[in-house]
Amino acid sequence: MKIKVLGAGCANCQALEKRTAEAVSLLGLQAEIEKVTDYGDIASYGVMSTPALVVDEKVVVAGRVPKVAELQSLLVGAGT
Amino acid sequence: MSTALRAGPAVRSPWHVWGGLAAAAAAWLFAYQVNGPLSRWVVNDVAGFTPESRLGDALEFFIFDTTKILLLLAGIIFAVTVLRSFMSVERTRALLGGRREGVGNVAAAGLGVVTPFCSCSAVPAFIGFVAAGVPLGITMSFLIASPMVNEVAIVLLYGLFGWQVAALYVTAGLVVAVVAGWVIGRLHLERWIESFVFETTLRGQPVDASRGLSWSDRFAIAREEVRTIISKIWPYLLAGIGIGAAIHGWVPEGFFVRYAGPDNPLAVPVAVGLGIPLYSNAAGILPLVEALHAKGLAIGTVLAFMMSVVALSVPELVLLRRVLKPHLLAVFVGVVGVGILAVGFLFNLVL
Repeated sequence: MKIKVLGAGCANCQALEKRTAEAVSLLGLQAEIEKVTDYGDIASYGVMSTPALVVDEKVVVAGRVPKVAELQSLLVGAGT
Repeated sequence: MSTALRAGPAVRSPWHVWGGLAAAAAAWLFAYQVNGPLSRWVVNDVAGFTPESRLGDALEFFIFDTTKILLLLAGIIFAVTVLRSFMSVERTRALLGGRREGVGNVAAAGLGVVTPFCSCSAVPAFIGFVAAGVPLGITMSFLIASPMVNEVAIVLLYGLFGWQVAALYVTAGLVVAVVAGWVIGRLHLERWIESFVFETTLRGQPVDASRGLSWSDRFAIAREEVRTIISKIWPYLLAGIGIGAAIHGWVPEGFFVRYAGPDNPLAVPVAVGLGIPLYSNAAGILPLVEALHAKGLAIGTVLAFMMSVVALSVPELVLLRRVLKPHLLAVFVGVVGVGILAVGFLFNLVL
């Protein structure tokens, strides 16, 4: 599983990255988390409000920071 | 983190959600009502200051104002965030696509107020709008109105100056956003947008953050927003109100009439110039400005200062530089700056 956190270093982006890492470790997933900070790359996903979460090249969250529990179910849903 | 332990999405009964909201609203109203008598009681009876003493007055002012503004911020940020959770930047873009200039600028400024938007997203939003064919001027109206007419500025103006000044600010802010965006559109400066913006292909399906949320989710987002904003601004707010209280108590009446009254033509430009580097500290600066206003600083100067603090901030200009070439960035600062100056002079003249 390839996870990308889109955001150029705002407080919410760091919060999303932290919670995503937490959700991944709680689920025991084998996943690689990458930070995407380039604006052109962020916009090319069709994302207009950061932070956003991309799982296997698909945008699953944009513009908000879900709770760890919700991230867990999003990751499980995206993985299947 | 306790949130990590809860498994699955939280399911709450509607009674729990709405009952909690009603209880919070009642507690808020009660606190707002008893704030005045309570701060008087604390200062006069508990701390033992004689009524009308300078220090006692300043202390009472400090306690009362701090409590009032924190309550207003919490209540209004919560309500606004819940309402905004029904909107999203994606929906705004869909509403703005295909609009003509003029009507489009008005729509963009209005949507800039109601769309949940963090200025840290200014760049991806700009690319998303322009690459999807929203005209530059209309995009700029949105990007100007969004930070200018924000709930923190409105709460501070309402709490410190009253609803008339807050309403003037909102109206003037919308007019500046509409006119500045329209002017930028008429100048046809698309060649000064960084070329990578047009080369960006928007693949993927945009995710609309406003969809699929329950009331309980919306309230949770709003609670988090209240916590984030207040925990960020409270030290500035306290410092600003503290210094403001000292000015109220010790600076002579009419002190600023001489230097920054309505007759001094330099007051507005100086205020706008000072506002640009002072970005995120509106919460700390405005209580201070209110104290200066009480000693003679003219109201148009106050409004122009507030606008320049939130709408022309250094970090936002640094962000916009990523998508706007220096010429266009200079035009943006110039047009918005002139609009703000006009607001300042106009209100100094009329009020």
